[in-house]
Amino acid sequence: MISSRMRLFGAVVALLLGASGPAAAQQLELKLMAPAAPGGGWDQTARSMQQALVASGVARSVQVTNVPGAGGSVGIAQFVNSAKGDGNQMMVNGFVMVGALAMNKSPVTLDQVTPIARLTEEIQVIVVPANSPLKTAQDLAAAVKADIAKVTFAGGSAGGVDHVMAALFAGTVGADAKKINYIPFSGGGESLAAILGGKVTAGISGLSEYEGQIKAGKLRALGVTSAQRLPGVDIPTFKEQGIDLVLANWRSVVAPPGITPEQRKVLSDAVEKMVKSDAWKEILKQKGWDDAYLGGDAFADFLKKEIVRVTDVLKSVGLVKS
Amino acid sequence: MMDTFAALAHGMAVAMQPMNLLYALIGVFLGTAVGVLPGIGPALTVALLLPVTYKLDPGGSLIMFAGIYYGGMYGGSTTAILINTPGESASMATALEGNKMAKAGRGGPALATSAIGSFVAGTIATIGLAFLAPWLVDFAVRFGPEDYFALMCVAFVTVSATFGDSPVRGLTSLFIGLTLGLVGIDKLTGQARLAFGIPELLDGVEVTTLAVGLFAVGEALYVASRRHHAEEKLEPVRGSLWMTREDWRRSWKPWLRGTLFGFPIGALPAGGAEIPTFLSYSTERRLTKHPEEFGKGAIEGVAGPEAANNASAAGTLVPLLTLGLPTSATAAMMLAGFQQYGLNPGPLLFAERPDLVWGLIASLFIANGMLLVLNLPLVGLWVRLLAIPQPWLYAGILVFATMGTIAAKPSVVELSMLAAFGVMGFLMRRFDFPIAPVVIGLILGPIAESQLRRALAISLGDPMVLLQSPMSATLLGIALIALLAPFVLKGLGRFKANED
Repeated sequence: MISSRMRLFGAVVALLLGASGPAAAQQLELKLMAPAAPGGGWDQTARSMQQALVASGVARSVQVTNVPGAGGSVGIAQFVNSAKGDGNQMMVNGFVMVGALAMNKSPVTLDQVTPIARLTEEIQVIVVPANSPLKTAQDLAAAVKADIAKVTFAGGSAGGVDHVMAALFAGTVGADAKKINYIPFSGGGESLAAILGGKVTAGISGLSEYEGQIKAGKLRALGVTSAQRLPGVDIPTFKEQGIDLVLANWRSVVAPPGITPEQRKVLSDAVEKMVKSDAWKEILKQKGWDDAYLGGDAFADFLKKEIVRVTDVLKSVGLVKS
Repeated sequence: MMDTFAALAHGMAVAMQPMNLLYALIGVFLGTAVGVLPGIGPALTVALLLPVTYKLDPGGSLIMFAGIYYGGMYGGSTTAILINTPGESASMATALEGNKMAKAGRGGPALATSAIGSFVAGTIATIGLAFLAPWLVDFAVRFGPEDYFALMCVAFVTVSATFGDSPVRGLTSLFIGLTLGLVGIDKLTGQARLAFGIPELLDGVEVTTLAVGLFAVGEALYVASRRHHAEEKLEPVRGSLWMTREDWRRSWKPWLRGTLFGFPIGALPAGGAEIPTFLSYSTERRLTKHPEEFGKGAIEGVAGPEAANNASAAGTLVPLLTLGLPTSATAAMMLAGFQQYGLNPGPLLFAERPDLVWGLIASLFIANGMLLVLNLPLVGLWVRLLAIPQPWLYAGILVFATMGTIAAKPSVVELSMLAAFGVMGFLMRRFDFPIAPVVIGLILGPIAESQLRRALAISLGDPMVLLQSPMSATLLGIALIALLAPFVLKGLGRFKANED
């Protein structure tokens, strides 16, 4: 009895010694928050980071927690309050959070977090049913200019990236963005049915969501929001059709407020190493995400600009009261 | 048609490989287990398993996911029947009669009719998936917002079947549910309603939290409050543990009707599993030859909704496989599963990877069979749960309900809501208000509202759109007839009585 206890004690000591050995001390033990329910885009990003960080040896362990609610408003509030100054925590976020925070009048904003890096982005597309008379983005622009209320756009939730894009499109072609007839659906599935069924004029979504239908010839893509043509995608950009609409649904990772510059550097370096690892590249390929790595101050700058742009658009369509 | 048979036979060969059979078994087992826990649904399970399975071959893991899906749909009903705690919102209708049966010592037949009904419905619906998918998806896509609104009208009219004896009390309950449905961000304008500045409320009230609070917690409180009065005697088993000939006779028609509701509505992009279960429940209540048993444990009220909820699970796969349209949380996760292997479900998948699609369809048949094999022998074990002394049983239920809620949404606000709904459930029982209409209001209200507003936004504000679509006009007609028929019949009855 005693000897077995002794043995157990020995094993525990050995474990503890092993854990605090010199090699392990350099490795990170991170906590990563996905401010959304399991399964969504942010959760998948967090879990992919977990996989890549561990597989590439950057971190010894990564623990993913889910704090769902209100487009990330609940998660970021908890993150900013409870993780303050903790250099071992990070949170995944993205474009949608910018709009959600503005619309929910969240007391916590993205100005409070420490930006680390943008990771991925997805290009947006506008589609029409195959039998629609609209053939190009210019046709749609003409229709919008003729009578904006009669052009119905189907897309994701109100104030999300699809909605912002509809408003930007209308504004860019010279129509009154305030009057857009945008019909939000929950999830790409429902909106796709409305588009295929010819209930709406056009649909807006991430390219991957509609790619299968476009290839099958059931939907016609009028344009994508990338700056240049995407490799392997036979769809013209809006830019080359004379409409200055460049936009991407990006996802990024941020750290808590109040961390030291050294702590920030450790996290930034870890994320940079992860992005360059084969494990991460493999995941990007599997999930069909585009690498959009942008680190350090460049990302902080980008984030600021996006916050201004999105808030302006949401004000123009009346979703955010100024 | 012959092609379909050949393809299905080939799919069977794929699914029957020992490894794939094993995956199906694991899936069904996991699905049943998570279905039993309120709050933890199949979607969450698939989400957590995704990273684990990405090293497996695509066929195997998709087969496992399908098993989880079917298993989850079935598992939710076990707790609904035994301890009045619906594991998923789709098994709420099952709890209404099922739990009454269990309390009357007929838990065995209730579990059996739900297992066999699930099997029958799942099998028929899977056949439907194999043969009707392309045709059905065409119909589903043409189902527009105005048609959904009309369908909701039919559902609202039939809800009165769950009202109990007093329409006023029933309507009161329904409106409490409708009000709860308004909480959160308005889907069409993005503005917060009735959230009182609490961020957790912005997403609205979770159906499972409400259902578990009202049904399980409310009941536990009620039972505790009555302990000093006459003690309610629970008999685990009275009569046969298995279905009698009479039970079979009363079950088979509800199974088939439930399937007819579940499969097509499940295939609709915004159909879901809840609406067909309610429609099936109220249909059975209207058609039954034993109306006096409803509210006290009528087997039809278990057989129909259970069949409907499994059939709708198969229905959901129709738009997923043919269009790449995920129409439920679980289907969305399965789509993510497909994409992880670089497969894009949609019009091309049947052509590009027939082995995979038909393997999946075939494995659904097998998963169904396994569910039956796994669950029928367990019926005897499950009903013994009821022999646990009441204080222990209800304490266990409370722990169980709390755990499930926390697992789904770890937040104090969510837990407070569970407790508040529990107290509400207790008061409603105490003052004799029916509980089901509250949950129904929460589910149907937001759908009806957003679909109507969507329809009007698309038609630029013209209400005639509701009558111009033939589908919507027909459904509205049905709703009108269902609404007026009782009055007209009553009037005719009086007319006849006068003649005599």
